[in-house]
Amino acid sequence: MIAAAVTALLSHWRRQPGQLATLILGLALATGLWSAVQAINAEARASYARAAAQLGGDAGPVLKARDGTLRLADYVALRRAGWQVSPVLEGRMRLGRETLRLVGVDGMSWPSMPGQGMTLAPADVLLPPGRLFANPETVARIGAEADLPPRIETTGLPDGVVLTDIGTAERLLNRPGALSRLLVLPDQPEGLPPLAEVAPALELTDRGRQSDAARLTDSFHLNLTAFGLLSFAVGLFIVHGTAGLAFEQRRAMFRTLRALGLPARTLTLLILTELLVLALLAGLLGLVLGYLVAAALLPDVAATLRGLYGAPVDGGLTLRPAWIASGLGMAVGGALLAGAQGVLRVARMPILSAPGLLAWSGASARARRLMALGGPALILGGLGALWLVGGLAGGFLLLGGLLLGAALLLPPLLGALLALGQTRARSVIAEWLLADLRAQLPGLSLALMALLLALATNIGVGTMVASFRLTFTGWLDQRLASELYVTTATDTEGAQLAAWLAPRADAVLPIRHAETDLAGAPARLYGIADHATYRDNWPLIDADAEVWDRVARGQGVLVNEQLARRAGLWPGAMLDLAPGWRLPVAGVYSDYGNPLGQAIVDLPALLRHNPDVPNRRFGIRIAPDRAAALAEAIRRQFDLPDDAIIEQSRLKAQSLAIFENTFVVTAALNVLTLGVAGFAILTSLLTLWTMRLPHVAPVWALGMTRRALARIEVLRSVVLAGLTALLALPLGLILAKVLLDVINVEAFGWRLPMFLFPLDWLRLFALALLAGALAAALPARRLRHLPPAALLRVFAHER
Amino acid sequence: MNARLLILLLWLPCAALAQGFAGLGTDAEGFAAPDPAYRLDFPKDHGPHPEFRIEWWYLTATLHGADGRDYGIQWTLFRSALAPYEGEGWSSPQLWMGHAGLTTPDRHFVAERRSRGGIGQAGVTGDPFRAWIDDWEMTGPPVGIDSLRLSARGREFSYNLTLNADGPLVLHGDAGYSVKSRDGHASHYYSQPAYAVAGTLDLPGGPVAVTGNGWLDREWSSQPLSATQSGWDWFSLTFDGGARMMGFRLRDSAGDYTAATWIAPDGAAEALPDGALTVEPLATSGVEGRDVPTRWRVRLPSKAVEVEIDALNPQAWMATSFPYWEGPVRITGSHSGKGYLEMTGY
Repeated sequence: MIAAAVTALLSHWRRQPGQLATLILGLALATGLWSAVQAINAEARASYARAAAQLGGDAGPVLKARDGTLRLADYVALRRAGWQVSPVLEGRMRLGRETLRLVGVDGMSWPSMPGQGMTLAPADVLLPPGRLFANPETVARIGAEADLPPRIETTGLPDGVVLTDIGTAERLLNRPGALSRLLVLPDQPEGLPPLAEVAPALELTDRGRQSDAARLTDSFHLNLTAFGLLSFAVGLFIVHGTAGLAFEQRRAMFRTLRALGLPARTLTLLILTELLVLALLAGLLGLVLGYLVAAALLPDVAATLRGLYGAPVDGGLTLRPAWIASGLGMAVGGALLAGAQGVLRVARMPILSAPGLLAWSGASARARRLMALGGPALILGGLGALWLVGGLAGGFLLLGGLLLGAALLLPPLLGALLALGQTRARSVIAEWLLADLRAQLPGLSLALMALLLALATNIGVGTMVASFRLTFTGWLDQRLASELYVTTATDTEGAQLAAWLAPRADAVLPIRHAETDLAGAPARLYGIADHATYRDNWPLIDADAEVWDRVARGQGVLVNEQLARRAGLWPGAMLDLAPGWRLPVAGVYSDYGNPLGQAIVDLPALLRHNPDVPNRRFGIRIAPDRAAALAEAIRRQFDLPDDAIIEQSRLKAQSLAIFENTFVVTAALNVLTLGVAGFAILTSLLTLWTMRLPHVAPVWALGMTRRALARIEVLRSVVLAGLTALLALPLGLILAKVLLDVINVEAFGWRLPMFLFPLDWLRLFALALLAGALAAALPARRLRHLPPAALLRVFAHER
Repeated sequence: MNARLLILLLWLPCAALAQGFAGLGTDAEGFAAPDPAYRLDFPKDHGPHPEFRIEWWYLTATLHGADGRDYGIQWTLFRSALAPYEGEGWSSPQLWMGHAGLTTPDRHFVAERRSRGGIGQAGVTGDPFRAWIDDWEMTGPPVGIDSLRLSARGREFSYNLTLNADGPLVLHGDAGYSVKSRDGHASHYYSQPAYAVAGTLDLPGGPVAVTGNGWLDREWSSQPLSATQSGWDWFSLTFDGGARMMGFRLRDSAGDYTAATWIAPDGAAEALPDGALTVEPLATSGVEGRDVPTRWRVRLPSKAVEVEIDALNPQAWMATSFPYWEGPVRITGSHSGKGYLEMTGY
């Protein structure tokens, strides 16, 4: 009996191979997108972890200064009190287009130095000029920087990290006497005085430096995860549609099997098994898909993470068992979720029940009421989460609540709109069409929800990215006001260049900065000359009166928006710049694309506290038409390499390229999501197709041609897609607002103004209509070519 | 005590940069060489000599506890220079290493500390005398080193001792110029062998009040041992009659080299030439997977010394970056007393 039942159940798929393909493909797509995102995240995190492990012991507890200024004296004081700690001085070094992480450690106390098996004299490493340890790729990227100490290749370090002795790091970063953190060594003597007594200004934290990379990139990964979940949810709509169809079409078979004596329990188990097998098959396929997508996207992601955050990520992908398990788990879980309705119905199916017209769709007034109540509840819940949880997680909860709530509200809203239309309909056909639409709504609502989500996400993310790009371009124009940017190899050359340029340019603006810690995190402190270029162009978003005069007098500091938001440093607040150097914040400027904190003081003030900051970069003001000639003259006079002199336009192009790179993944996922949503509509319409005949047959019998019916079929789908797109617009804009005002602020530390792009909406609206039309094309074609006998048969026997 | 010299040359720099680096070059280029004509100058010479490659402040003490048991402690500060000068901050070429040991009849505790020079984490001043690394300290009175306060701490132990000298400084070799091989390798070497010690040991079982005898060695040089010397056995013995003896054997494939200093009860020192001292292992103990001689016969015929030396705890293994054996011993035979034994290269 069971064998016969299995054969009977499977015969359905033999007759409907397209349906089988859709089901497996839908689930595979959902699993694939989700798994791709997971693979990317896992790879990046594994890279961070590998980097931490390779740096040795850096994962242990560390001591940091509460006010961000850790000094050598603090280290010595702790040591003299008996605490076994190891000092680390870390900073970022910009070499060409690459940001490298320079980690300076004390070779005498650091738990694990690289260089096993090398013949190196300690004097070479510990005494000037010292040595830099880095992996071969990093060494190759550093290239022939004449100024740097000799490089030693070692495979024991992650890409993008340069390890060196702390004395060398201090010289290269120009931070004499400064430390970033103290590693607390595992082996401590007995009876130590408590930390609070020895070093009250320090705090013990379990998160090493590595977690900074993780912290910086957290938002990025959360973004990807959110996108992955969204794709997965949209993919599930496909599965739900197809599984529902399969159940519906086999309803007669189920009844027959039950009538032949197959217990409901056995039948349910068989169907469940079938679902599981299909889910596993689809999951495997999805994993393959996910792997391919991840492999395609990972190089871009790695480049973004390296370029933007200086976080080390390899471009290669490895297959992880946990990843396979989670992918398959999602596939099975998703399939069960999507198929639950059908399985439940089979389990409860009365053996002799008459077929309801819309039996499987779950459409009932009660369900609609639930949706109408649940939607607003979810939205309110999201708002509450933002308020209660706060932060990035709160922002994403709000987004989730908004999207799901809006999706739930869609069917009741559409229903109301259609009802409204029905009361106004003049012709019989229009009235029938609208009534038919309303009847179809429950069956289509899941697909429409998917479309709503995809469209709203598209509008929201598109608006966010486009607003960002517009703001960013405008900001670049302000910020990159100098016509030429020149970098020399040495301070001496810098001084010569400045002297040579003085009579030839309108102004020479030195760009000098010190690496330091501000408000407890790595940051850069810039010193600027008092010049109109800054007063006229610098993009301030908040400032005291006479902000520039105060900075010029050395009585104020400007901080970037990131730092201001993170540490609550708005005009009037006090900022510790160095021990004994404290200034009020005079203004806050926007600083996009930079994850680090930044502050600006008057150049003479910076030099008083950091006399040795390098003097190698200059912004040059000159009439734009003379810029190219001057650049050429500088090249000839100083024999500088090509990339040492950058014209404003090229720098802007470079910056924009980095920016675009950041959103490559976002754009790719966006397109994929929309594709999946279109596919979901198609499957839903195909599902409904069988059940449409009893509705269509009477209309045909009343004299409407199949051709006209087919046209109406397409029209119906287009109207629904169009209405959904209209409703998606406000949702998308709200989404954009949340992304700009909540997510961006939390993730990157800057708030962006929102710009509207109606042309994009039009394009998307057209796209939605097209998706609706295309999805209905196949059923419409079938209807048009349906033999009249098939329509007649509707009257002949009920299913 | 070339023994310690070898430790430093072979190993302090290696330890400094983990296992990664081959040993220091063996030439003494740029560094000062020990000078037979140099006359030691105190208190200046209690302080460091950065122009020499290596130097140490090495204190051992045999102790007797209020609990009736015997103990021994070691407190050592090594200095090793990568270049013959002192500098400020991290760029100082001076490296420091501290070893502390505490031996009981059944346990042996070890701790090690390392530091860069130039930052204040470790260092020595001669006048007033003060030597430290981390929270380990050996501090003297305003002038000289006749009284010291000594402290060190490890994971399971610590000690706090006061030391008072009961005799003059002893200059080894020729007025402090101590020859170490037939090729003429040498160091500047003096000791204060007659400290009366009192204080407290903190052990896992609780504090123990102790008294005993302390012995401070001071030595600096720039020259390594000869390549054929494989290790050494070094003895500092305090006899019950008040006399003392320092002696060492450098084991050499080309023939061992021995030297000794006899110190009369009044502190008068007499240097004895190569061959005057003979030492002979009588029994070995298995320590950390090797056979280490922990019973010896020591003969110094010119002073009628023929004694057996027995380790208080044969497992006194210094499991530091470069391991060696160092611990208190008991003396029986023609003379009785207590002392310290150091052995490397086993």
